[in-house]
Amino acid sequence: MERTEEPLLLELGPGLLSSIFDGIQRRLTDIAEDYGDFIVRGVATVALPRDRLWPFEPMVDEGMEVAEGDIVGEVQETTHITHRVMVPPGISGRVAQVKEGEFAIDEPVVILEDGTEISMYQTWPARVPRPVKRKENPTMPFITGTRILDTFFPIAQGGYSIIPGGFGTGKTVTEQTLAKWADADIVVYIGCGERGNEMTEVLTEFPGLVDPRTGAPLMQRTILVANTSNMPVAAREASIYTGITLAEYYRDMGYNVALMADSTSRWGEALREVSGRLEEMPGEEGYPAYLATRLADFYERCGRAICLGSDDRVGSITAIGAVSPPGGDFSEPMTQNSLRITGAFWALDTSLAHRRHFPAISWIKSYSLYLDQIGDWYTKNIAEDWRAVRDNTMSLLQKEVELQEIVQLVGPDALPDFAKAVLETTRMLREDYLQQFAFSDVDAFCSLHKQYLMLKVILAYYDGLQEVLVHGVPLRQATEHPIKNEIARMKEIPSEDAEEKLTALIEKVRQELRGLSEW
Amino acid sequence: MHDEKVSLATTEYRTVGEVAGPLIFVSKVKGVSYNEMVEVSYADGLTRYGQVIELAGELAVVQIFGPTAGLDVDQTKVRFRGEVARMDCSINLLGRVFNGMGQPIDGGPEVFPEEITEITGSPINPWSRDEPRDFIQTGVSAIDGLNTLVRGQKLPIFSGSGLPANELAAQIVKNAKILGGEEFAIVFAAMGITRREASFFQESFARSGALERVVFFLNLADDPTVERLLTPRCALTVAEFLAFKHDMQVLVILTDMTNYCEALREISTAREEVPGRRGYPGYMYTDLATLYERAGRIKGKPGSVTQVPILTMPDDDITHPIPDLTGYITEGQIVLSRTLHRKGIFPPIDVLPCLSRLMNLGIGEGRTRVDHRGIADQLYAYYAEGVDLRRLVAIVGEEALTDIDRLALKFADAFEQNYLDQKDENRELEQTLELGWKLISLMPRESIKRIKDEYTEKHYNPEKAEDITTSEE
Repeated sequence: MERTEEPLLLELGPGLLSSIFDGIQRRLTDIAEDYGDFIVRGVATVALPRDRLWPFEPMVDEGMEVAEGDIVGEVQETTHITHRVMVPPGISGRVAQVKEGEFAIDEPVVILEDGTEISMYQTWPARVPRPVKRKENPTMPFITGTRILDTFFPIAQGGYSIIPGGFGTGKTVTEQTLAKWADADIVVYIGCGERGNEMTEVLTEFPGLVDPRTGAPLMQRTILVANTSNMPVAAREASIYTGITLAEYYRDMGYNVALMADSTSRWGEALREVSGRLEEMPGEEGYPAYLATRLADFYERCGRAICLGSDDRVGSITAIGAVSPPGGDFSEPMTQNSLRITGAFWALDTSLAHRRHFPAISWIKSYSLYLDQIGDWYTKNIAEDWRAVRDNTMSLLQKEVELQEIVQLVGPDALPDFAKAVLETTRMLREDYLQQFAFSDVDAFCSLHKQYLMLKVILAYYDGLQEVLVHGVPLRQATEHPIKNEIARMKEIPSEDAEEKLTALIEKVRQELRGLSEW
Repeated sequence: MHDEKVSLATTEYRTVGEVAGPLIFVSKVKGVSYNEMVEVSYADGLTRYGQVIELAGELAVVQIFGPTAGLDVDQTKVRFRGEVARMDCSINLLGRVFNGMGQPIDGGPEVFPEEITEITGSPINPWSRDEPRDFIQTGVSAIDGLNTLVRGQKLPIFSGSGLPANELAAQIVKNAKILGGEEFAIVFAAMGITRREASFFQESFARSGALERVVFFLNLADDPTVERLLTPRCALTVAEFLAFKHDMQVLVILTDMTNYCEALREISTAREEVPGRRGYPGYMYTDLATLYERAGRIKGKPGSVTQVPILTMPDDDITHPIPDLTGYITEGQIVLSRTLHRKGIFPPIDVLPCLSRLMNLGIGEGRTRVDHRGIADQLYAYYAEGVDLRRLVAIVGEEALTDIDRLALKFADAFEQNYLDQKDENRELEQTLELGWKLISLMPRESIKRIKDEYTEKHYNPEKAEDITTSEE
């Protein structure tokens, strides 16, 4: 055993993007090259290769005053991401010398008058939050393209949410879908104590997928931290901190970063295992008593912030943490402690998963505390009545739950027609709106505008049914109308045609149903 | 595992200070390492094996595999073998039978090792893994059609006591093939199963002519508990060797993981560790992961390790720590149902809680058939609805249902009797898919929502549904 006399220090600099690291920032690609297909014990690699040269473009001149966080130059890290080289926290002074050209990351590119050398990379202890000027309230939504999330339980850019669910409910698929389509500049994906094959899936799939906003491969904006379940427990415990520090580093450059942690429960268990070996007094279910504190420390490192540096740039970290409660029971400590901190709760429901309703997010149990904060944005950018449409739909879904209870007692035939109309509509909502196929080309990402229009179509259908009933037409005539099939296919309309086709559909639904009552 | 081969490097002690259950405390030891294998000679000449599980200064705690009754503090000799548990690997292991520690027990010749490997194994670098993607045909509709097994996957069978998990496993072993016809090498690890179960497997492999491609590891119910911790590791070491050194497709059957976890708990208790849920150690997730994660494929190597662990859910409780932790690690699960078993359906697979996470990688165009996913989703949707309605019918009676509901109810029965129930029939994938279409054709066409129109156009035909029989008719 040899002491390094340092806490876990991470290397932050160009070359992080499209890399895959383990929990303590060892490059898995290098380990594979040097040691073969299996990870043998006790190998070490450098996190950032020293032999690669990066073109450095200075942004400061000699004689300028620079302070901590100021951008001294830029490096084109991938096709669309510019890496901003910053003055490390705690350093300031007058620039004595600036270099331009191609350098390795450990060569000084800016030298201050007091002799301090600034290179393209800096080191930072993983367990210490990187400083910012101040934290701001989030105001923008974090657009995911997943209907149930964006419409009903949105989170803000700089917010954090958890997805708890038993096994097989789709935590990982949801995390991966978000990593693919979510509206973020950089994605840090932490595979913490999960399956090796899942990381392989990300590794094989992402390079082939194209970021819809930039046209570059998704891998170019992604950093993977992979510490699978059979890799060392202590590194698993560290992987969460490694991930968030990498995220913070890109936030400091002024980027919007999305952090996917799959799964935080495995991190909690690693904490429990390490704590058990240290023979600490256990708290609830054997977890250490400081579990809640550690969780809070982690989630509070996210958020929207004014970064260090004189240009007051804004960056954000949005975190989505999967939770794997034992037996799918949400009363366990990890879920409960996370709930106390996070702003949105996306509860995965086993019974939905069993009937292959995906994403299996329960619209009854889930909630979001960001609705009011980002409501304004929706009103301004999507539609004036967005909130009303959303709330109306939600209340229909709530009503369905009550009606289902009655159906359980008396059977569906005994319900009055207006109640049947509600059930008819909510069935449509569930099948044609809430269900979304993550592997479909068109449906995997649904634009906010299309979401709004789709809801309008379904609500138009509901209004139509009501009108039909008022005119005394039997409900069956309306529910057997072929327009339903057309509504069922609206998922497959590409987002760019949505405006035209769905507006037409709304009109058609209105007319067809009105036609029934005029008969 | 070796005998006597490295005896030069060993040291012998007579310093046993204390015996507590399966643990002995040996003092004044030097140069002993963690997890080192130990031979203990009792006063009556009997030799048992053990493993170092704790070291503190000059004190070593040794876990004995087997009973410690009759162990004498003064005369017992302890020999540290200077090596951790290893397995002799060779292509000639195929067709042989070993005990739980990897020593041959079939009376055959000694194994001449091509390679001697530590049984703990190392994690596969996620970077080096290749995506599992080749469809394995098991001949079971509920698996092939709805929860496809893929090469390199780990797909456990969750069973209950008295349910025919062994029969299902034997059937899978008998029929499993990759499209293209390549046969599997099978590594079979039995942990704490009864002699009856063991001979069931041996006979069924012999009947199907599979015996010469099976490596058998037998730790029976009355064998030492602690050996059970080594059994799956020996088996997986051999599996990795065959897959990645000899480019074979290896199917590993581990039965019964519940016994393995019990053994883990027994040892954890003996070590006086802080217990987690239901007394199982807190590190059980990690421990199970070091076994299950040894399934997979590696880039640039044609071989693969596919695992089908079997476990018994205590009291049919899927939230019990053993199935729960297993489900979190494995890529799906096949769940057996007591209700279906009572109805005489074989295999009694309760498809609703079943899942194969890697299914999408193994099916679709170019692998199975382009409409495979759609058929599976549609069957699931109808069956789930039918099962829900059964509950409703029990309360309000069938009269209160709508026409479409009655059809869904009929569908659920037809699905169980025709699709799930297949006895020992070995169904080709085409048959399974066609059967799916027949069942879907029972339902009105406009209710089909999960399948693309073009496929429905091609395959949907209510006349097909006439072949489907239900018990009422």
